[in-house]
Amino acid sequence: MTLRFVLNGAPVTVGPDRPGAGLDPHVTLLQWLRASGKTGSKEGCAEGECGACAVAFVGADAEGRARFEPVNSCLVPLWTVNGRNVVTVEGIAGPGGELHPVQEAMVQRGGSQCGYCTPGFVVSLFCEYYRPGRAGYDPESISGNLCRCTGYRPIADVARALPYPPADDPWLATLGEPPLPPAAVDSYDSPGPARFERPLTLTRAFECLAECPGAVLMAGGTDLMVYANQRYERWPMLIALDGIAELGRYEETPGEIVIGAGVALSQIEERLAAKHHGELASLEALLPLFSSRLIRNRATLGGGLATASPIGDSAPVLLVLDASVTIASAAGSRRVALSEFFLDYRKTVLGSGDVIVSVHLPRPTPRWQRFYKVSKRVMDDISTVAGAFALDRDSDGKVERLRVAYGGIAATPLRARAVERMAVGRPWTGETIALLARVLEGVGTPMSDHRGSGAYRRAVAGKLLERFFFETSEGPRAAEVRP
Amino acid sequence: MSDAGCRAEGAKGEWEPVVGRAVSHESADGHVTGRARYVDDLWPSLPRLAHAWPVTAPHARARVVSIDASAAQNAAGVSCVLTAADVTGENDTGPARHDEPLFPSEVSYHGQPVAWVIADSEDEARRASSLVRATFEPLPPVLSIEHAIREQSFLTDVERMRRGKPEEAMLAAPNRLEGELFIGGQEHFYLETQAALAWVDESEALFVQSSTQHPTETQEIVARVLGVPKNEVVVQCLRMGGAFGGKETQANAWAAVAALAAKKLSRPVRVRLTRAQDMAMTGKRHPFLGRFRVGFSNEGVLSALKLELYCDGGWSLDLSAPILARAMFHADNCYLLGNVEILGRACRTNHVSHTAFRGFGGPQGMVVVEEILDRVARRLGVPAHTVRERNFYRPGDETHYGQEVKDAERIARIWGELKESSRFVQRRSEIAAFNAASPHTKRALAMTPVKFGISFTTAFYNQAGALVLIYKDGSVQVNHGGTEMGQGLHTKVQQIAAEALGLPLSAVRIMPTRTDKVPNTSATAASSGSDLNGAAVRVACETLRGRLAAVAAETFGTQPEALTFRNGRIYRGDTGASMAFGDAVTQAYLERVSLFATGHYATPNLHFDKQKGTGKPFHYFAFGAAATEVEVDAWTGQYRFLRVDILHDVGDSMSPLVDRGQVEGGFIQGLGWLTTEELVWSAKGALQTAGASTYKLPTLGECPDDFRVELLKRAGEPGVVHGSKAVGEPPLMLAISAREALREAVAAFGSGGVTELACPSTPEAVFWAIERARTTRGD
Repeated sequence: MTLRFVLNGAPVTVGPDRPGAGLDPHVTLLQWLRASGKTGSKEGCAEGECGACAVAFVGADAEGRARFEPVNSCLVPLWTVNGRNVVTVEGIAGPGGELHPVQEAMVQRGGSQCGYCTPGFVVSLFCEYYRPGRAGYDPESISGNLCRCTGYRPIADVARALPYPPADDPWLATLGEPPLPPAAVDSYDSPGPARFERPLTLTRAFECLAECPGAVLMAGGTDLMVYANQRYERWPMLIALDGIAELGRYEETPGEIVIGAGVALSQIEERLAAKHHGELASLEALLPLFSSRLIRNRATLGGGLATASPIGDSAPVLLVLDASVTIASAAGSRRVALSEFFLDYRKTVLGSGDVIVSVHLPRPTPRWQRFYKVSKRVMDDISTVAGAFALDRDSDGKVERLRVAYGGIAATPLRARAVERMAVGRPWTGETIALLARVLEGVGTPMSDHRGSGAYRRAVAGKLLERFFFETSEGPRAAEVRP
Repeated sequence: MSDAGCRAEGAKGEWEPVVGRAVSHESADGHVTGRARYVDDLWPSLPRLAHAWPVTAPHARARVVSIDASAAQNAAGVSCVLTAADVTGENDTGPARHDEPLFPSEVSYHGQPVAWVIADSEDEARRASSLVRATFEPLPPVLSIEHAIREQSFLTDVERMRRGKPEEAMLAAPNRLEGELFIGGQEHFYLETQAALAWVDESEALFVQSSTQHPTETQEIVARVLGVPKNEVVVQCLRMGGAFGGKETQANAWAAVAALAAKKLSRPVRVRLTRAQDMAMTGKRHPFLGRFRVGFSNEGVLSALKLELYCDGGWSLDLSAPILARAMFHADNCYLLGNVEILGRACRTNHVSHTAFRGFGGPQGMVVVEEILDRVARRLGVPAHTVRERNFYRPGDETHYGQEVKDAERIARIWGELKESSRFVQRRSEIAAFNAASPHTKRALAMTPVKFGISFTTAFYNQAGALVLIYKDGSVQVNHGGTEMGQGLHTKVQQIAAEALGLPLSAVRIMPTRTDKVPNTSATAASSGSDLNGAAVRVACETLRGRLAAVAAETFGTQPEALTFRNGRIYRGDTGASMAFGDAVTQAYLERVSLFATGHYATPNLHFDKQKGTGKPFHYFAFGAAATEVEVDAWTGQYRFLRVDILHDVGDSMSPLVDRGQVEGGFIQGLGWLTTEELVWSAKGALQTAGASTYKLPTLGECPDDFRVELLKRAGEPGVVHGSKAVGEPPLMLAISAREALREAVAAFGSGGVTELACPSTPEAVFWAIERARTTRGD
């Protein structure tokens, strides 16, 4: 099997007979680019935190229109670019070497010092320059890129002053064509130590799983590939799920909102921004805090739940929204409440042949919702503690239903059921909160680590509950539904 | 004395001087297109390249009992496993003291390499590294400053600086307080990790491409480890993807490994640390412990200070001695300390060998004195900025090491101008009103000054060399001893050379830094890169200009002094007659006039008596001040910086875009050090924060939305090239204003008294400080 994709406008083929171009499924796009002499993309961290390796994929927005999506090439297995259209920093300047407007602006404003992070920023700015519907400055456009020299001000100024592309901009032609559909990768005919598969149907995915007991599933790869890079984990078979249409659906019915397990977080964001007015406010609050856009263009809800990180930010929010997941296997499919999904540290109810298909959020959603992330940094960080809260009150103002969930205070994302039960039927007052706070003290087993002490996690878990009360109780701030 | 504006005005309409112009970085086009090459971008085109991967020790301290590499030797693609037996010279890379075995018999920090696998691919080397069987006998490690003090584990003797009679003054003081402060270290996190690429060249000598701030020392260490004279090793540094001090000494070991393997195998060898390896194996900004007793008047004026500074030097000496000295030199910041004794000692621990990092100990010394002044202010109930003002140096004052504070009036001038431009007083009352109505969120505005001494405190490093070549077509190559790490040195040097020769920037090419062009160079460090190398380049260019002027003067029939060089032409002043620079060059060549010249510069009048602790270690001081506003959330301790105002003294700016970039970038880097950048080691001495996902440098989100930076006007420094001042390090310490703003905000939750705040002030540290402030009244 030969890998084919478009790189900076030119078709590229990578086959097993080409020297130096291995077919090892663990090889990342970044490693391949650099080994091939395209060294403009840099490796700064190899875990998707710094953005120095950013490249642009031609992807599709929620409406299926083509757009440039910046992604961290250090977390993309080379094989997943099969059939894709990829632009690297080398492809951005014009054919005669004339600088692109974002490059020119970076030069003029002093946006580079040592220059090592610069290609990544240029790619992020390039994608932002063409982003459909862009209106004004969006700090998110560059928040996934780390710079150690400039202090960001000149780069932010470039982003603030981005012009809009003129009608004859040649890149608009690329975006005028429909994006290439995902291409299957079938590694049957390329025997090697390890295999890569990108099935286009669930049925085919189940076959692959059955063939190889040690196979791992990969949604966006933003967690899995960190293990490949940092810990040198190796698998006999990697099964990429990003070509399976069944995992990409998004539906709303009167009774629920269904989000495909494979929908990129950035697409969920767009859907929510377009349609909802606070119905999923806690989820909307979460997404920008979850990670950088470079990650969100790849990461999915399904992937996040399956990795079962105790501090994965999406789980607490989905827990308070009473989410359930549809899990499918060759034997059929079943629905599991998310509150029953996590078993232990990085352990879930998922069996070896299981694939998460979709996440279901029942309607109506809770009236008051909040998501709070406690981390050392505001953007692009992993939580010390994440707290999600949802509340409905009856006509007397008493608590009808309270949902409280945390990440970072136990081996799994945790719903504080004892707190929830205690709240029902009580008035939403300081006294009730004081009572709930005492109950909360017995919930979870917070640990000390490099992100924070157990005592801090314990204390902050309580403070977040108080803060939720402060923001939703009677008073000037009670009207705010959205955080 | 002139600033950029004056210069342009002086030459109205004709020739805008190149020096003082806000030009873009010399490599900016290469940066934005990905064409700018770094060491690890060079290998894909090299035939027969081999890759290296380390075998590391899982102990902070242990005897190496055995290393069995046989399985790895036989693994696919493996060329060899390097061990101590392969060292043909000395098995040591220590820059200051020979105390850094490259292949150790005793492991001194967790993750130290004990052997290196060299293979055809990185993958094969990595895989084979796990096949090397190394056995260890663990020994008890020393893992903190306190532990080192208990064990009397030190790298240096006690250093002392003393003035007056601090003991007597302490007894006589109406107020006294004592305390201590631990200051965390800082990972450099240069985006480009350590990298070296070595091969045996056409003349059978070693050629090393290294991401190093100090090519001469890298050359020296490679020669030492190989056991060859220095003239058989050439080291080149194209540019670095950031360094910040972290590649001043700590690039050497990787270059030595690459060189050793290249020589042994006769093939090019690449060593490039992954981020995790780099963070686990290389030194960082020194953690410090300061213990102080201070006596002061009822107005908060210091009369006595006894200060002990301990730094965690890590496992080897490296640069710990001059770093500690710089901390002691800067424990005054902008304040006349009165009677003072400062003792300093570097601890030997089983951490990585902590090293140079922007500020070089100065920031730690200054954080301590700002801590002391804040405690004095809160003890007395006087605003901290008022106590600071009352302790400022005044013209004529001397530092505690006996150097006159040159331009001391700038401290108060900058302070006053910034107070005005930032609306400091008005905003503080607005903030007080905000806080009164806000129980869970408080804001604060704090202002701190900076005075930073410029020069290497080891006097002989304050020299630089240059080699300038003019070709027959009039194009110019400039070689100098400084390295480019993003700080804009090459940009400034290009401007200096173009200015001196009256050429457009495009006619001057800055060459990669190589040890075979300019020998015996100093590290590009101590903010002195452009002061030293720029001056040396100017000397060389002026020599050449003198020779060309003589040739041109003869043609014009006039005196050389009557000529001006500008716009690529040589003008005869009175008539307007001119000739092209290139024609003069051709003429000179035909007349057998030399078209290349060296330049050398040595900073004058530096001296320091280490025994007495007095002298003039610095050529001059750079000044600045910052006012930072923060908003703190008591629920979690999280915070946002709302606005930062900076006024900084760069002398007459040679390159305003570069200088502003240094000021802003330095500030944000300092902000990271004091806030979110926390190094956490496990009980066994392993670094727990050895990656970008666990170690948190500032992102865009940590930056103030409102960031106002001004360069001080009328600030020319007569003793320095083009009246400029060094700018690399001083702005980092402007970020102390952010720490003091956080403390002020924490204090706003309490009812007064001394307010302690851990350093770095992570959200957790702020959270606990607020909890303490709410429940106790400190004093």
